[in-house]
Amino acid sequence: MKNPIRLGLLCLGLLCSMPSLWAADIPVKDGESIQDAVNKASPGDVVLIYPGTYKESVYIDKDNITLRGVVEEGKWPVLEGEGKRNDAILYSGNDFTVEWLTITHYKGNAIMGQSGNNFTIRYNKVIDTGVYGIFPQFGKNGLIEYNVLSGIEDAAIYVGMCDNVDVRHNEVFDNVAGIEIENTRHALVENNYAHDNTAGLLVFITPGLPIKTTFDVILRNNFVVNNNTPNFGAPGSIVSKVPQGIGIVVMAADDVIVEGNIVSGNKTAGIVITDLAFITDISSDPESEPNPDRLVFLDNLMFDNGADPVAEVKALMLTQFSRTGPDILATPGSAQEQDNCIINRERYTSFGVKKWSECERKSTADVLSYRIPGGAPSEPVTATNRTKLLYQGICAGCHAYNMRMIGPPTLAVQALYRNDAQGIADYIGEPHKVRPDYPAMPSQGHLSPELRKEVAEYMLKVTK
Amino acid sequence: MRGLLSILLLLPVLAHAEAPWRLSEVCPAGFRPEQGRCYLQSLYGEYASLQDSGVGGLKTGLPPLREGFTPQQIDLGRLMFFDPLLSGDGTLACSSCHQPSKGFADGRGLSIGINGQLAHRSAPSLWNVGFLKRLFWDARASSLEEQMEGPLYSPIEMGNSPEQLLKSLNESAAYPPLFKQAFGDSAISLDRIYTAITAFESSLVSLNSRYDLYANGVHEVLSKDEIEGMNVFRSFVARCAECHTPPAFTNQQIAILGTPEPDGHAFDSGVQAVTGDASQRGGFKVPTLRNIEFSAPYMHSGRFETLREAVAFYTGGRGHAVPEGEKLNLHWHIWEPNLTDREVDVLVAFLKTLSDESFMPPLPSAVPSGLRPVIDGKSN
Repeated sequence: MKNPIRLGLLCLGLLCSMPSLWAADIPVKDGESIQDAVNKASPGDVVLIYPGTYKESVYIDKDNITLRGVVEEGKWPVLEGEGKRNDAILYSGNDFTVEWLTITHYKGNAIMGQSGNNFTIRYNKVIDTGVYGIFPQFGKNGLIEYNVLSGIEDAAIYVGMCDNVDVRHNEVFDNVAGIEIENTRHALVENNYAHDNTAGLLVFITPGLPIKTTFDVILRNNFVVNNNTPNFGAPGSIVSKVPQGIGIVVMAADDVIVEGNIVSGNKTAGIVITDLAFITDISSDPESEPNPDRLVFLDNLMFDNGADPVAEVKALMLTQFSRTGPDILATPGSAQEQDNCIINRERYTSFGVKKWSECERKSTADVLSYRIPGGAPSEPVTATNRTKLLYQGICAGCHAYNMRMIGPPTLAVQALYRNDAQGIADYIGEPHKVRPDYPAMPSQGHLSPELRKEVAEYMLKVTK
Repeated sequence: MRGLLSILLLLPVLAHAEAPWRLSEVCPAGFRPEQGRCYLQSLYGEYASLQDSGVGGLKTGLPPLREGFTPQQIDLGRLMFFDPLLSGDGTLACSSCHQPSKGFADGRGLSIGINGQLAHRSAPSLWNVGFLKRLFWDARASSLEEQMEGPLYSPIEMGNSPEQLLKSLNESAAYPPLFKQAFGDSAISLDRIYTAITAFESSLVSLNSRYDLYANGVHEVLSKDEIEGMNVFRSFVARCAECHTPPAFTNQQIAILGTPEPDGHAFDSGVQAVTGDASQRGGFKVPTLRNIEFSAPYMHSGRFETLREAVAFYTGGRGHAVPEGEKLNLHWHIWEPNLTDREVDVLVAFLKTLSDESFMPPLPSAVPSGLRPVIDGKSN
């Protein structure tokens, strides 16, 4: 830790949990393995990755680990997938940070989370990498900022089934979808530059997923410009059905606020609002509510949208005697009612918003972030508390302290073994029937002798 | 001499039949008592899950479990589960198709019902079934109580009727006192039968596999190959974890995969036959992968004999096994991952880390009807 005071301030500012007093820097140099360093790391440690080319996939199943690239005079550490490795970074731990890396040529995702609360993903360059660039899933409380992503065949930044996420100051271009907020609640998408994608920003419900809703999303002060790239999504993928030339798509999501964006040069439409009928060839899901509700359109700067709309939009606009696509399009049957609102509607070309009411709310300045003050709860699993966890999770399923369960009471075990933890450790590795009135115990032989002894020692000390 | 031997062999059975049955007063393994009812105690008890969905990553809370039954209800359910009195002709028990030694499945592609009739689909494993909110391959039941009416009364499965089920239990000497122990009085109703069997089925938990130890911080229990397999499993190339999501290893959704039927079998329209919705044609509920090692063959009609074949299906190409002329809305995660042979091998190795039968319930040597309990598909 080079500068503990600065790091401490940084942490305070980012609301990350405090690193432990023993937190260490673990350097990785060109030719070495990042995974080896992660394997050595303990919660609170920072893996420092020096410039070089790292041909590996890295997984992080520990809490409170930081992967930090060291950029020296413009030279970056590069994770190189060579078109054959799956994902570059796969994390499940809480309080994970990844920053200052260049990631390229992976088959799957660049950075992928599966659960893991309080994540921070920033200052990364992701180029020409597989399916998604940055994809946190099942995470609560996260920050994605200052990343630059291009050449992704699905969403460059895909926040899927998360809560409380800020996505800001990113540049996404030459992707199919720029930034996608899907089946996620409380997301702030702010100050991003989404250009030259098939579609720039997408706020979605995808049916058939286990978490069914998207609501409370703010799209604010983004540049959403010239998103006209022909769709190169993989056949069968959901984004492969998105028509090219759309700035913002809101599909089935509720309570989406659009404010302060510059939306221009998108050839089909500036903003498209639609229900789930928009995606065809997908199995229907009765548990997914298909309609977008309560959309709020505050002031946005929109111009030059719809110059060359796709056929469906062209046909719709012809009903209004126009040959160009609109700034705002609520597709027939979607968001036609007055629970949606808009201010200064006369400034835009539009379709389907005639009944929208005038918004009472004029600004979202009161919302600075959708992250959770103090972070989401996360108790790290450490070498010291995992013994307790194993005792509570496994042993206590059959042994109560002073009561008969399926196994004898812990008190009785303590009386029998007194200080002989080794005796318990040996027995549970290869249990045999001792008490005629109890069933045989299942073997714990898959635990190492050391771990069995740790748990045995814990059992001898249990007092309630 | 032979006659004497038979009598001697019969003696323990007779003795047992005459001893009064006592239901267990303690909760099964993995369950702690709280005011006389049993609640799960597991490694996952302290974890939350996003939107209480029970899906996520390694350290994620479980979906809600059907729990809170009494030890006696669970034990009564256990005895009925193995008792062929529950079938129309006294030859089949629940355990005929849900055999403890076969992951509580039956090792067959299509199960065999009463009079040797073939069922339409493969018997699913019952491990962790209490976490599921939808039952049957086509998800047509929303509770275990509702589900069990299917096989109990199907003329090609257990072939019973509600009237006969009630009659035979009421007429047995042993059951009414057992219902009294489990429910406070000896009245036998369909609801009580369903409750007890639900209680037993929900006690079949498997959450202490080597994978679970890894997930909870004991990383050294998995080998290098198994960890490599886990990383392929959750990668966005293989995408297994997108539907077989931890910790239950199912997201409980409907997915259309386009797996092939066994040779000579007509295409199974799956969920479409229940809902009439053509967009769900060929859809089935995503099954759990826990204890998957024991419940071969795989898929709704047991088309794949081995785990390796089942895994290899996913890298065969999107729609490669869809019959000509069928139009299916294949799931978007069915794609072309181009997995290597080694990746398929380590995936199989990882799937075997999900095995845990440490809380196997005690298998009864006798059941209250006096019929021989069905253990592992055979009357013992």
